[in-house]
Amino acid sequence: MKFRRKSGVESKISTSSMPDIIFMLLIFFMVTTVLREYSGLPVSLPKAERIEKLESKRHTSDIWVSKDGLISIEDKLFSNDDVRHVMYEKRASDPQLTVSLKADQAARMEIISGIHNELRKADALKLNYSTKVKAPN
Amino acid sequence: MAIRERKARTGTIPDGGMADIAFLLLIFFLVTTTIDMDKGLGIILPAEGQELEINKKNILNCLISASGAVLLGGEPVELKNLSRRVQEKLRENDKLIVSVKAHEKAQYDVYIQVLDQLKLAKATRISIAETE
Repeated sequence: MKFRRKSGVESKISTSSMPDIIFMLLIFFMVTTVLREYSGLPVSLPKAERIEKLESKRHTSDIWVSKDGLISIEDKLFSNDDVRHVMYEKRASDPQLTVSLKADQAARMEIISGIHNELRKADALKLNYSTKVKAPN
Repeated sequence: MAIRERKARTGTIPDGGMADIAFLLLIFFLVTTTIDMDKGLGIILPAEGQELEINKKNILNCLISASGAVLLGGEPVELKNLSRRVQEKLRENDKLIVSVKAHEKAQYDVYIQVLDQLKLAKATRISIAETE
């Protein structure tokens, strides 16, 4: 049997571009994560079991309703009648818009149904009542 | 004055630890970004001016009073029994539309719980009646 002479070629994985790869990953994650843009109003959300996840944060617009009946969109307070104009513009720029209603559990239904009507007039029909998870009992 | 001979020094910044630093940054950002997914009860509102006439037989009224009591088809129901009761009614008539009507002073919390119960009962046709 013939023994082959070992070749002097060293096989090593090059690690010199490792930082570049990691930086790429880092930049990718930084770009794709959407940070919370607005602080909203202090609300304690109601709890529900049958919840679904919102599809995409990019196509979501939040409306905060505090228990005193204040309505806030993008950290600006609006009266009930102005919701229509704001939401209409949002809806026009994004047809896939979902409205996430973050209302306090002690809010009154008159405000909520007022917002229903405004959203219907603004043609923003996809609504999501933001809730916390309640453990099924 | 004696002129000293200059030593030729070559300086290189060690870049062996670069990957580690980048990894550290990556892990830091991964840990600190909290992905708070929004969760909630989804509903599609009817379009403006899209009122349908529905046979009275196919409507199940669910009323929420200002004090938080729930009336289903005229009789008081406890919240936790609501989904069972709706399921029973749905079994009798699968074309049933549940119409939720809340008093304007009713609490949002009760309304959400009612919607939750309806979703639990797999009532797909839910109508949100306007409060008077």
